[in-house]
Amino acid sequence: ICMYNSTNNCSILTYFVCCSSWWSEVQMGPPDPILGVTEAFRRDTNPKKMNLGVGAYRDDQGKPYVLNCVRKAEAQIAAKKMDKEYLPIGGLGDFTKACAQLALGPDNEVLKSGRSVTVQTISGTGSLRVGANFLARFHNAARDVYLPKPSWGNHTPIFRDAGMQLKAYAYYDPKTCGFDFNGALDDISKIPEKSVILLHACAHNPTGVDPRPEQWKEMASVIKKRNLLVFFDMAYQGFASGDIDRDAWAVRHFIEQGHNVVLSQSFAKNMGLYGERVGGFTVVCKDTEEAKRVESQLKILIRPMYSNPPMNGARIASTILATPELYKEWLVEVKSMADRIIKMREMLVSNLKKEGSTHNWQHVTDQIGMFCFTGLKPEQVECLINEYSVYMTKDGRISMAGVTSGNVAYLAHAIHAATK
Amino acid sequence: MIETTMSLFREVPLAAPVAVFKLTADFREDPAPNKVNLGVGAYRTDEGKPWVLPVVKKVEKMIAEDNSLNHEYLPILGLPEFRSSASKIALGEDSPAILEKRVGAVQCLGGTGALKIGAEFLRRWYNGNDNTKTPIYVSAPTWENHNAVFANAGFEDIRPYKYWDAQKRGLDLSGFLGDLESAPEYSIFVLHACAHNPTGTDPSHDEWKQIAEVMKRRSLFAFFDSAYQGFASGNLEKDAWAVRFFVSQGFEILCAQSFSKNFGLYNERVGNLTVVAKDEDNVNRVLSQMEKIVRITWSNPPSQGARLVAITLTTPELFNEWKDNVKTMADRVLLMRAELKARLLSLGTPGTWEHITQQIGMFSFTGLNPKQVEYLVKEKHIYLMASGRINMCGLTTKNIDYVAESIHEAVTRVQ
Repeated sequence: ICMYNSTNNCSILTYFVCCSSWWSEVQMGPPDPILGVTEAFRRDTNPKKMNLGVGAYRDDQGKPYVLNCVRKAEAQIAAKKMDKEYLPIGGLGDFTKACAQLALGPDNEVLKSGRSVTVQTISGTGSLRVGANFLARFHNAARDVYLPKPSWGNHTPIFRDAGMQLKAYAYYDPKTCGFDFNGALDDISKIPEKSVILLHACAHNPTGVDPRPEQWKEMASVIKKRNLLVFFDMAYQGFASGDIDRDAWAVRHFIEQGHNVVLSQSFAKNMGLYGERVGGFTVVCKDTEEAKRVESQLKILIRPMYSNPPMNGARIASTILATPELYKEWLVEVKSMADRIIKMREMLVSNLKKEGSTHNWQHVTDQIGMFCFTGLKPEQVECLINEYSVYMTKDGRISMAGVTSGNVAYLAHAIHAATK
Repeated sequence: MIETTMSLFREVPLAAPVAVFKLTADFREDPAPNKVNLGVGAYRTDEGKPWVLPVVKKVEKMIAEDNSLNHEYLPILGLPEFRSSASKIALGEDSPAILEKRVGAVQCLGGTGALKIGAEFLRRWYNGNDNTKTPIYVSAPTWENHNAVFANAGFEDIRPYKYWDAQKRGLDLSGFLGDLESAPEYSIFVLHACAHNPTGTDPSHDEWKQIAEVMKRRSLFAFFDSAYQGFASGNLEKDAWAVRFFVSQGFEILCAQSFSKNFGLYNERVGNLTVVAKDEDNVNRVLSQMEKIVRITWSNPPSQGARLVAITLTTPELFNEWKDNVKTMADRVLLMRAELKARLLSLGTPGTWEHITQQIGMFSFTGLNPKQVEYLVKEKHIYLMASGRINMCGLTTKNIDYVAESIHEAVTRVQ
């Protein structure tokens, strides 16, 4: 029965008795490619199965890891017996301040002059969404957002749904499984002025391929010449190299060079606060007056989305960032997570060699962060999933966090079998 | 090396602050010792303090001591036990719709988040693929954020439906029914499930029946906003009557539920979007599309509050304790209503004040005009919305005399 044909002569009784619904024309949506991997993994009964899909850290026993500093912060917070009153629309002040300081460095001129605004957001996704909506509403000079090729799968639908148009610049070189520096510079030098360019601050997702500092410097210079609006996505600060300052170097360099960037931050991975949804969105402005105007408009965007952000995770994060012993402990724990990942990369390569693989697997240790772009082709990925119950996304991206000293040999065996 | 090029954001205008939060900010800065905050809608004890429900404290402790729990991502649609138990609260444990498996839900960021996801879904899928021109009707007046939620979701035609009769200080039923009759078929109506915000005026059962009859006949869609279940009358079932009635009449509905007030979990952002459809297949397809919308908005919802609510709703002793806590809040509000009216009557304050006790929930539309409101704010340091809306929770045994006298002054001195 066609619901929107007002000339249909289906009586009211029939409408409610027959099986037609308002939603008859609603198509079944495809499962989310990344989160869908976990769902397929859960259904698999193979005891050797490995989930290398979603990027959530696992310890060497393959278990989720709640950071000690998080547990301590939680205990501190519980002891204070605070109320549950609404946060301001822009979030917990102690959190947004600390969040910006973490990214920019506490002595950053931008923070000292007060010419930036940071709002608390629903982790990284929420931050990108608020940012995309802000640009769509106020960045009238250009509609185009340039993403690296490839980028996190969710970037495209977020910006598109917000009303921006998506374009790409060269980034990953499948021949080297590394950074296509010349290709990137070439593409970037042709981007129309005032377009938005999105950069992964560190630990590029999905490739794990990051520019080197000298390369970042050249990119900053070309981007400045092209007068582009820089949108940094930093979801892995601390998690990439184990050093929070090193991982934020690119962001800080661009700001130093005069780029007034917009920045999304997530604390899902580096504090293990995934399900608490802790993030920030920062706009570096010309001066404090502009920052006030921008802040007021960010609130106008946030209020009809979810009114104000959740408290729990932000309180935990700000307690850690503001309490010296907890902060120190956090830095150690973040480094240990990053170090385990680095170790797994090394073990995977050595095990592949042991299996007798003759391919060049150097990219596995060259790449950084949670993910590794293996270079596996779709059919090989299929083989790994179907024959070995090793789950990853179709693009051959594996989450190193899912690799342990207990299963790395099996993984190497499976990869070798699929690629020999 | 800072460049002095023109900023891309130089044209960004300074937005006016959201009124209800500005009111609280002004209240905070006011040094007057006798100041009273009757603005933002959050429960207060008789000491004027926020109240973390005893059952919430208990469950928080349980969660903290459970080392098997972690901070992993929830599924995109949220915590399954939360979603199903929350829908049961709205529809009733024995709801035929639940038994027939034609109920689904999405955990959202508070009631606002539930409205948001519902609005985004409707714009894409309700009647054809592009509902930007489909009329959305919101009550006159309504919660000030309703308009922006639907506008930002892309709806271009948001209209008021008659609701509040300022003259008689009650429901304008004939106006409401008239707007239902004249609305284009398939229009979407945002209905307050109970404790209408800001008027506190709800249709009676008989009035809801009349509303439902017209909506069914004219194929109008019911999108319920349920932010005060339990909080209004003190009884969960009573407060869910309208939603359940519509479901029993065969309507497919969306119901945005908030647990901010009835659980006092304001800042944890606990909400649920309940979907009732014709059958399970429709529910599944709807949820799959809502999942896509959630993924590009916040990916997955926060876990703390949902865990807390799920544990409470699914553990009989805790559920009973919660219902008690809710009744405590509702009873205090009812008491303050009775006390305020009694004082106004004994002061001989001009006008009728029956509406103070007839209205229900956290808010009362006093009927005070903007000048009288300004008088109260500026001269008496009593903070309320320009619409004359007061939050009954801001009243305490200590300040109720002062407030009653001040209202009396405002009404007699300011026209």
